[in-house]
Amino acid sequence: MSVGETPRERSWTARVRTRAEGALPPEKLLPDEQPAYVASWIYVFGALTIAALLSIVVSGMILGLKGPSWWHVTGIGRFFNGIHLWSVEIFFFAMVVHLWGKFWMGAWRGGRSGTWVVGAITFLISIAAAFTGYLSQQNFDAQWISTQAKDGLNAVGIGAFFNVTNFGQMYTFHVILLPVAVIALTAWHVLLVRRHGVVSPYVRALEAQAPASAPASGDGQPAERA
Amino acid sequence: MTSPRDAAPPWRGPYRPYDLIKELTICIVVVALLAVLLTILFSSPDDKPSTVASWARAQPVDFLTTATAELDGSSDTAGYGPPYNHAATGQVIGPLQLQKWLGVSHPIDTAVDYVLAPLATIPNDPVLRAQIARYVAASPAQQRAWTDVYTASLGRAAAHGTAVTVSPAGAGPVAPMMASLLALAQSSGLDGALLTSRQFYQTDYTKPLLFMADGSVLSDRAAAQHLLGEQWGMMNETGSYPGQVWLWLYTFWYQIKPFSTSDNADALVWALMMLLSLAFICIPFIPGVRSIPRWIPLHRLIWREHYRSQARSAAS
Repeated sequence: MSVGETPRERSWTARVRTRAEGALPPEKLLPDEQPAYVASWIYVFGALTIAALLSIVVSGMILGLKGPSWWHVTGIGRFFNGIHLWSVEIFFFAMVVHLWGKFWMGAWRGGRSGTWVVGAITFLISIAAAFTGYLSQQNFDAQWISTQAKDGLNAVGIGAFFNVTNFGQMYTFHVILLPVAVIALTAWHVLLVRRHGVVSPYVRALEAQAPASAPASGDGQPAERA
Repeated sequence: MTSPRDAAPPWRGPYRPYDLIKELTICIVVVALLAVLLTILFSSPDDKPSTVASWARAQPVDFLTTATAELDGSSDTAGYGPPYNHAATGQVIGPLQLQKWLGVSHPIDTAVDYVLAPLATIPNDPVLRAQIARYVAASPAQQRAWTDVYTASLGRAAAHGTAVTVSPAGAGPVAPMMASLLALAQSSGLDGALLTSRQFYQTDYTKPLLFMADGSVLSDRAAAQHLLGEQWGMMNETGSYPGQVWLWLYTFWYQIKPFSTSDNADALVWALMMLLSLAFICIPFIPGVRSIPRWIPLHRLIWREHYRSQARSAAS
């Protein structure tokens, strides 16, 4: 407890709010300007990944509302299954381009290793989410993939508690557990990006000689807003 | 310790306007339109699943051969080991027997679950019950002798539509038992029997899927669709669709030695992929790896405007 704090300031709610505002003030959370070096199409792929995730969630919710068999027997169900499938393909394409872009930028530099770690875990959990989707299709693909995949999972003991031939378990993982994990990790990743800013370019010899043209801020954020 | 050349110094340069919400909105619209366009053009694959009934009708000899292997314990599932039974140790990674650690969590007794218990559900057939009782009461050696004779006769059997002409002299009760099982399967009764548990609602398809996987019904369809393990397996899907292309590295290891020829291929590939996944997550902390982007300066393409600007400033 800090000396001089009022009872209101000592409340847990006030402390969480104060800490959140300190870490992510509005101009950091929703910035309306970026360092001049943020000028490449590669930066768009993070937003494209989030847009594809939104499309996956919305189409998945529509499919989930009608149950796992609906899309096999109706044209409109098949349409939304198509939206869901292609959104997943776009999602992974955008995420992989985003990931490679961040790798070649060395985007973990300047105290951003946590951003990379959360993003990488999100990528791996997304693979599991998509995999359980293929197992939940109730068609030949689901039969073949499950009977093939079981051997790998059984070989390392995972199959004992994650049974790919149990449709009910895979469906639960696909529509609830893994999507919640992906969405939560994505939100965490985005907040870390907003908090630490976009990584600055690698320093080259000639850059060290260039005159400073703006106040120092750290972490790619304007000094007065950092 | 991080090299100073890998540092990301605070930005001291100019800023430019940026509209985060506008960018995200445009991305959402673009993705939605692209997903709709791809759906209209290509839809999504949906090959009907196989059933035990469709298998028994289309490939009755294969069905009977598989069911006999389940009865005498020579099928893949019967000899699998954990998590289905104790018939084998399973795959190992050096001294680690991970497959055994959590025991038999999904028990399957292939003779009982796939043959004897389903046959027991057929009502009003005292002759069949007598044959089952004769088989169960026989010694393991006698049971094996009957199933061996029957399996050999299936090798000479001919299928006429859904019927099988077989000469099972010396197969004892196995021949009438298998004829009844085939009839049960072709009438869809075995599909239901393999799902039956103590609960009304069913969601676990482990038993029928493993039964069909022991036969050739699934693998024949998969081979026709280029989905076998040596054909980059489960990362593909039916039809001309991209499938799970993000599993390319996992599937890749199965195509090369020593994995492609190892009895422990699944365990070794999984161990390798877990190690690589951990390394992928930890790239920022791995000396050398974290400096690759500096050594191979593709970042100069990404930030080419910035570096040009810096060069102009230095020149002036």
